[in-house]
Amino acid sequence: MKREILSAAIRVTVPVLMGYLAIGMAFGLMLQSVGYGAPWALLMSLTIYAGSGQYLGVSLLATGASLPQVAFLTLMINFRHLVYGLSMLEKFRGMGKRKFYMIFSLTDETYALLSSVKVPEGIRAHDYYFTIAMLNQSYWVLGSVLGSLLGAALGIDTTGVDFAMTALFLVIAVGQWKKAESHLPALLGAAATLVGLLLAGAENMLLPALGVIVAALTLMRPRLEERVQEECGEEAAP
Amino acid sequence: MTLNTGQALAAIGVMAAVTFLTRALPFFVFDRGGKIPGIILYLGRVLPPAIIAMLIIYCLKGVSFAQPSGWIPAALSCGAVVALHLWKKNDLLSIFGGTVLYMVLVQTVFA
Repeated sequence: MKREILSAAIRVTVPVLMGYLAIGMAFGLMLQSVGYGAPWALLMSLTIYAGSGQYLGVSLLATGASLPQVAFLTLMINFRHLVYGLSMLEKFRGMGKRKFYMIFSLTDETYALLSSVKVPEGIRAHDYYFTIAMLNQSYWVLGSVLGSLLGAALGIDTTGVDFAMTALFLVIAVGQWKKAESHLPALLGAAATLVGLLLAGAENMLLPALGVIVAALTLMRPRLEERVQEECGEEAAP
Repeated sequence: MTLNTGQALAAIGVMAAVTFLTRALPFFVFDRGGKIPGIILYLGRVLPPAIIAMLIIYCLKGVSFAQPSGWIPAALSCGAVVALHLWKKNDLLSIFGGTVLYMVLVQTVFA
């Protein structure tokens, strides 16, 4: 029984395995290149476990950001998780102690899998979800530690590896852009940040930019809300 | 390293706690059928694209137009990521293609 669950879960998580090994290794390499080795990669991937959050974390550690800045930026980059949780309320109900781990491990990829997988016959849904979530994090931890160790062992020139972070965000942006009913939020985000960069400089640009973004989006709510709600409806039924 | 070990641990602790909180908040608040404020739902929809756009600009903050080596590698690699992604729609291919191109450019052509 146990083995059936595991083999079924491994099969559906293979795409995540490929992705997490690769993105995780890039994370490990980047972290290594700013002076934090394998134990740090292990610690971050075990306790934070968030792709884009940890990429951002590398630059927060490298620039020595203050704790309030770390907290605020992590909150902002993870804001989308709020939406994930809302659509998992039903699925996780009645999972007891394992629910804590399910919530902790709700990354983009795990969310995507959980909202689309069919539970094989003869397997309890909650066992299946839990196994999928654990496998996904094990791939992520493995990838990030491997990346860090390889970076240290091979002594490869990692100059420029931090571009992986830019590339990851660009890929997310392209996906969002194609799906979006309104491009206003993305354009506003870019414009507000450019102004922040010009006025406050590279060190202090993010907080003022964030403030402007949240304020402007709140003010534009009457105009934007209708269009955005249509997207809501589509995504709610995957 | 700009931070000492204790400071780095604290930063990681904050990242872990905040990440968990953003994931757990809906369960704390709405698991017993509470009503979600409209403004939160609205921001949950419109913030992500704005934040990602912000982070792209943030990542590119080191770009300088003073000399060609300050911006050409980033411009070419960003273009490659977007083009690859529109063409093949494969996250990994786009990220790795762009990163390898960037590393080659800054380590050899524009070193």
